[in-house]
Amino acid sequence: MNILELRGISKIYGQLSALSEIDLDVAQGEWLAIMGPSGSGKTTVMNIIGCLDKPSCGSVVLDGQELSALSADELTAIRRDKIGLIFQQFHLISYLTALENVMVAQYYHSLVDEKEALAALDRVGLADRAKHLPRQLSGGEQQRVCIARALINYPSIILADEPTGNLDEANERVVMDILHQLHREGSTIVVVTHAPEVAAHAERTVVLEYGKIARIVLGGDPSKAPEVGEACGAGA
Amino acid sequence: MIKKNNSFLLKILLSSIVRRRSRLMVALVGIAIGATVLLGMVTLCYDIPRQMSREFRSYGANMILVAAGRESLMMRADIENAAALLPPEKVLGLTPYRYETVRSNMLPYTAVGVDFAQVRKTSPYWHVTGQWPERDGEILIGADVAEFTRLVPGRGLTLEGRNKEQARYEKDVTVTGLLKTGGVEDGFIFMSLESMEEMTGEPGFVDVAEISVMASGRELRDLAEAVRSGQSRVEARLVKRVTQSEETVLGKLKTLVYLVTVIVLVLTMICVATTMMTVVMERRREIGLKKAIGAENRSIAREFLAEGLILGLLGGLLGSACGLLFAQVISANVFNRSVTVEFYLIPATVLVSALVTIIACLIPVRRAVDVEPALVLRGE
Ligand SMILES: Nc1ncnc2c1ncn2[C@@H]1O[C@H](COP(=O)(O)OP(=O)(O)OP(=O)(O)O)[C@@H](O)[C@H]1O
Ligand SMILES: [Mg+2]
Repeated sequence: MNILELRGISKIYGQLSALSEIDLDVAQGEWLAIMGPSGSGKTTVMNIIGCLDKPSCGSVVLDGQELSALSADELTAIRRDKIGLIFQQFHLISYLTALENVMVAQYYHSLVDEKEALAALDRVGLADRAKHLPRQLSGGEQQRVCIARALINYPSIILADEPTGNLDEANERVVMDILHQLHREGSTIVVVTHAPEVAAHAERTVVLEYGKIARIVLGGDPSKAPEVGEACGAGA
Repeated sequence: MIKKNNSFLLKILLSSIVRRRSRLMVALVGIAIGATVLLGMVTLCYDIPRQMSREFRSYGANMILVAAGRESLMMRADIENAAALLPPEKVLGLTPYRYETVRSNMLPYTAVGVDFAQVRKTSPYWHVTGQWPERDGEILIGADVAEFTRLVPGRGLTLEGRNKEQARYEKDVTVTGLLKTGGVEDGFIFMSLESMEEMTGEPGFVDVAEISVMASGRELRDLAEAVRSGQSRVEARLVKRVTQSEETVLGKLKTLVYLVTVIVLVLTMICVATTMMTVVMERRREIGLKKAIGAENRSIAREFLAEGLILGLLGGLLGSACGLLFAQVISANVFNRSVTVEFYLIPATVLVSALVTIIACLIPVRRAVDVEPALVLRGE
């Protein structure tokens, strides 16, 4: 069963066509990587999948629900209930502790539950840093807080845009381990990355070029694996 | 559980204020200054009429009592009956005057019988060199009289005259002081009413009485009317010049104070609005993040307004304290008197500060609500 179906998605900024005619399915429990050169439209796709932005045309079906007809408020509700976001810049609220940053997501979702938030921090190995402010945490630790926050409301799909872009190798490993664990537990994961070694963890990699799907590769490294481009039709 | 959410909201709001206090300081100081001026000015506005009434009183009585109808003389008892119709706490002083024509060394003088203790209240501008009379037979002489007769304090003289029954009288008196007012008083001789009654052998008569009433405008007119309608032997008249100028001065002063207050409130609003606008700009990423993880526009607006409310209340409290001090200092310097505080003005000031802050936050809040969540992935 597909948790996400993109059909003929285009995004046009003025004259510039950031995405054109993208078709893409993501299966429940799949780990998908999106690669491509800078400016190829990776973040634009992420924004559309994450209900942060609306496509200029095309349809998005997330978890069985067609999104194009929804209002801004309804999209907010979808983000809240179905999507877990992990950012390259972490985006923790600077004046709140690690624990409070996780609880903020609970607060906007439904009700705060300190125990559960602590458990989420424990899961990413940060139980002892709960009372620290973001500036008192290392980049890797901040990213783990960001992951704990993304998980706290049991999202149907986890979206990560360059999750390891600001991390060193050791921290990259820690973060990838956490993603692996989530994947084993059945989470659907979409990761945008420049790094082939990060994409290598995925089951399938989509390569974007000039706003189009150039090819789709099974397994991690798109430079080695065989192309299966026709599987989802890059529309070109 | 909802309660838990509310206390969490309060916690993050306070964190946001406390941990970012240097930014909000400007707004807080702005609100506090606004509240200071507001409370200070309004307190003075309440107090100035009281203060000014007292001040104006020092320029003399504002009500006089004369015999009603064709009578020219009143009795002391008539004056007392009439004065009893005024609220005692409003009467600052009441001086009876009785005039007699006397001779000394064949020259005529006007002798005036007064109550020296009261005349100091109704005519505070009297300037006496030497001593005020204290005993029977002691007199004050006007400056013109003194110049003419070359009398100085300590010298004695004999006054003589005829009373209403045409009986002759004579009295030896001593000058204790010279009076200078710059008015008609400088040509008179003053003695206590008791001395004059003893001299003429006719007690009880009064020509006119001056009253200093702590009231102005309508209130004063109403009091005069109350005296007029309360009895028939005495008529109350107002000293026009003083009462009217008092009203105009007060009216202009109040308008000025209100104008200044409104301007300061508008400036406060601008200060808060610009600060909050900067705060919103600085926090675009945070707002975008909150929206990205599912915050509704309503929640974002509520948070900013609540932050504004806290700021407004805090600034209002701070400003109220400063405002009282401000009013006190002004009052002490201008009127030499401590100010009377209307305590309900303090919560009112805090409320107005909160309201002004919230209004000032409306445009920044709109901006906050308009932030696009998509910016969080763009890394702006
Ligand atoms: N808000 C916007 N307004 C105008 N153009 C935009 C906007 N957002 C993105 N673009 C353009 O759309 C194209 C795709 O941008 P996008 O951010 O999706 O690229 P990307 O693949 O994520 O690149 P990078 O690897 O550098 O993050 C770029 O040419 C970019 O300049
Ligand atoms: Mg990008």
